[in-house]
Amino acid sequence: MDFKSAKELLALCRREQCPISEIMRRRECVLGETTRDVADHRMARALEIMRASATQPLKNPVKSMGGLIGGEAKKLSHHAAKGKAICGDILARAITYAVAVLEVNASMGLIVAAPTAGSSGVVPGVLLAMQDCYKISDSRLVDALFNAGAVGYLAMRNATVSGAVGGCQAEMGVAAAMAASAAVELMGGAPEQCLDAASTVLMNMLGLVCDPVGGLVEYPCQNRNAAGAANALVAAEMALSGIRQLIPFDEMLDTMYAVGRRIPLDLRETALGGCAAAPSACERCAQCG
Amino acid sequence: MSYISVFDVLGPNMIGPSSSHTAGAAVIAFLAHKMIVPPLKKVDFILYGSFAKTYHGHGTDRALLGGMMGFGTDDVRIRDSFQIAAERGLAYRFTPCADVTDVHPNTVDIRMENAAGQVMTIRGESLGGGKVRITRINGVSVDFTGAYSTIIVVQQDKPGVVAHITKVLSDRGVNIAFMRLFREEKGHTAYTIVEFDGRIPEGIAGPLRDNPNVHDVMIVEP
Repeated sequence: MDFKSAKELLALCRREQCPISEIMRRRECVLGETTRDVADHRMARALEIMRASATQPLKNPVKSMGGLIGGEAKKLSHHAAKGKAICGDILARAITYAVAVLEVNASMGLIVAAPTAGSSGVVPGVLLAMQDCYKISDSRLVDALFNAGAVGYLAMRNATVSGAVGGCQAEMGVAAAMAASAAVELMGGAPEQCLDAASTVLMNMLGLVCDPVGGLVEYPCQNRNAAGAANALVAAEMALSGIRQLIPFDEMLDTMYAVGRRIPLDLRETALGGCAAAPSACERCAQCG
Repeated sequence: MSYISVFDVLGPNMIGPSSSHTAGAAVIAFLAHKMIVPPLKKVDFILYGSFAKTYHGHGTDRALLGGMMGFGTDDVRIRDSFQIAAERGLAYRFTPCADVTDVHPNTVDIRMENAAGQVMTIRGESLGGGKVRITRINGVSVDFTGAYSTIIVVQQDKPGVVAHITKVLSDRGVNIAFMRLFREEKGHTAYTIVEFDGRIPEGIAGPLRDNPNVHDVMIVEP
């Protein structure tokens, strides 16, 4: 029940006549020598942590350790509550939850790395927004997390999810690809459509550099979690409409990895270039924690 | 841990902000605290590379101290670990050492002292995603991750000790995944590190210690 590529994953889905989430769950049971109940229970716990981290800062904003962020989720939430959101309900919710998780992360709260701490807002942002808008049960969200896990596993196995190795495209790009694929499955899309959505995200975020101000997981990381959630929803919508992608997910992973390795070291988590080197960022950093 | 689990992708469940600088730091210190007899009295952390530069903003210091007190990566007490250490009477110090460059970017040396006056130093590296490696014990180069159940035997480098260890393990039906011997020089102190799947059988340390050339046995469960 193991697979080494998206191509093999799709072949398994066809053979077993089941969605990506189910293949990933069965894989976990076999390789992890565990049962469905245990795996589902553990995933439900991850969902619980995701929900807490996505909602707490809406009421109780916290300042980050480095002092660069804090309070953004509450602002977005108030803005939407006044009926002023220009993104529409689902995107407004998704970006609010996504920035909330980063706020919790940056203030030493409890989060689920998905696939990394710096990109931990995207998957919960998208999935919890879909739950709000489409009345999706928790057990279906657990399924969606297994689907997201399959996409992230392929990225970890065949490329990278580390900003230091492949830039932000590897962290936020993969997080958004995971969220897009999960969103497609939640809306009844076929496995091919899920991976088309994942492929689209990597394409649209290709080349994004990792340039954290002060070397801290705060800024622009939080903004980019919101952007990742938006990218995921855009890609999912395109896939669900029936638009096929020329470049399959396996090839987009290779492409992302190849581009990542060519990103200069200054732009791979070293805080030496990009936003981290902007004059205002340097000035502010003199006061960072 | 030979495969990538779905919970390696959606996980670890952790106190932020960074899997390498916070969660990994907590794991290294957690492993270290398993290697010395409690109660701890004093601990010094020497930070290298990126740890030395950004430890404060990443909460690396709180995570290290929390791990030292046995807190897991998802334990919210990590945030308050300075205060908790003070309450427990655990003295601590952090020394950034940014000018040493020939180390892994996220490296820490931990010097621990317990109430009985025993002193132990370990070096750990945080590899990303909460994964870590212990690379030195009391100055001797070693290599283990803590992902498996691990037994560390401190011994005199003399013939027969390894045979003693494998006999004790095989008598209890323990299936060894990896076993390696590390030593500083011939005839001096050596470390046998045994990693295996599953839980370590209860009461195995006693029979392992029952050899004149075995000085100490440490047990580290994931």
